[in-house]
Parts: sequence; C-alpha cells; structure tokens
Amino acid sequence: MRSIVLDLPGWRGHRAGQHVDVRLTAGDGYQAQRSYSIASAPEDSSLVLTVERLRDGEVSPYLVDELRVGDTLELRGPVGGYFVWEHSLGGPVLLVAGGSGIVPFRSMLRHRNAIGSAVPVSLLYSARSLARLIYHDEIMRIAAQDGIDVSVTLTGEQPAGWQGHGRRIDRDMLAEAGWPPGDQPLAYICGPTGFVEAAATALVALGHNPDRIRTERFGGTG
Amino acid sequence: MDALDGNAIAGTLFDVFGAEMTDASGTCARCGAASPLGELKVYLGGPGTVARCRHCDNVLLVLVEIGGTMCVDALGLAAIGRPSRDG
Repeated sequence: MRSIVLDLPGWRGHRAGQHVDVRLTAGDGYQAQRSYSIASAPEDSSLVLTVERLRDGEVSPYLVDELRVGDTLELRGPVGGYFVWEHSLGGPVLLVAGGSGIVPFRSMLRHRNAIGSAVPVSLLYSARSLARLIYHDEIMRIAAQDGIDVSVTLTGEQPAGWQGHGRRIDRDMLAEAGWPPGDQPLAYICGPTGFVEAAATALVALGHNPDRIRTERFGGTG
Repeated sequence: MDALDGNAIAGTLFDVFGAEMTDASGTCARCGAASPLGELKVYLGGPGTVARCRHCDNVLLVLVEIGGTMCVDALGLAAIGRPSRDG
C-alpha cells in the first residue's frame, strides 16, 4: 500500500468519490491502464492516490515499488459521477468499506470536513487486521468529530483487548452501525466484488431502498 | 472472473460518449429495468469489455478497441438517459 502525491498543473478539480485512470506505456509500446479512486478531497492542495500492490498486477507493482519522486505519469480524469458524494445529496450517509474500499470515503470525509457540512455520517470499515487498516490514525481522528460515527471490524486477527467487531460484515452489524431504513440514508459501499454484493444484499434485506444504495466494486487485476 | 461495475469503465464511457456517463440511466431492452450505467455488471477480462444488466444479465454494451478505434455495440440498450450533469 502506498499513497502517491501528484502535482497536476492545470487540474480542473474533482468531486469526492471520483477516480483517475493511470496508463503506463512500456518501452515496446505495450500499454496497461487501471482506474484508481482519488484519496484526497477536492479542497486538498495536491491530488493523492492510495494504491494497493496486487501480486501479478500490471500497474500497481510499478506504482508501489518503482515510481520515484519526479517521475511523470499519464492520467485521465477525473472520471465517474455516480459514486460521488457532495453536500447537495444530503444524508444521513452510510459508508461501508472493505479493505482499500476506504479510499474514496477518505475523500468524501475530508470533503465533508472542508466544507463544514453537518450531514451525519456512519462509517463501517472492514479490514483483515489492524496493520491492514489504511489511514488508521486519520480514521481515529475523524471518529472523534461531531456527527461522524466509525465502526471497525477486523476479520482476520484482532489485537489483545480489541473492542470492535471481529467478523465479516453482516445484517446485524449493518443494523447496529448504520441508520434505520426509516431515516432513508444514502448508502455507499466500496470494496471487492463479493464484499459489495454481501453488504448491498444485507442492506436491502434490512429494508433499505435499493435506489439509495450506490456501489463500487474493484477486482484483483491492479 | 468477478464482475466489476460501470464505475470501472467511466473513463472509456467518457471517451465514447463525450460526457460523464456513470450517472446516466440505461434501460435494458430485454427486461426493461433502468439503472445508472455505474451499476452495470462489467467484465474487463476478455478481448473487449462487456457490460450486462444487473437484473437479467442481458448483454447491454460491448466495447472493443481495434487498431486504435473504439467499436461500440449497444444492442441490448433500449435507451440511455441524459446524464444529470457533466463530470
């Protein structure tokens, strides 16, 4: 996992939740392209991508292991207008993240902060272990803010004395950590495909309106 | 192969349609369901990109790049709604 800070002259700005496509071209002309969520808020001074290194990936190993300060990258974006949160969409908001699915939510939470929004947000964040919890310190600071509730579940190993959840996200956890369906929350789910399907199915089973659930899946081909 | 969703092809759709399309609505010609293109089931692994209806699995869109030209087959789409705003 690595966060990359980009200096983008002429960047026209983005909306919280959007991505960029990164294209790499090899010496022989072979090209590989992947889409990465933007981790920074629109108000932040630099654009930040947080990239998980995937074994056998074509793009992420380069971005995580090889890229050096001063290198140039070919980007397209910002793209995406569906998996976006901005103040006009209101709330309350439920964010459900699996692993590096937290990345677009970091942008949304920082954006909420930057504009001084009072929209209440619940974040349910699933990671394998405390060591795999991306932005650990920042998430803990965010959890202390008014109007933001953070629940963490560690599905693999839990440290001694762990007070949070210790299982995969399920109906009961979403009922406890989220909003009642009557509050008509706007739900965003981001993670690997299986995680997103399970969380979305559980929310619908709890009585949430499918039209208020937005999903974003990522695969294992980084 | 796990299906992704239409968010994964936001950049390609932008190139093809000249506008942000993941929040545009696509209507399946088979089952009639209308959903944001961001919600389509998208398979990137083949020689081209295939987008299917999340409700009935009908193939809605096939995108194949041949010799630098993007070929678009939208046979399974009965309609595409105007995006609510440009991205």
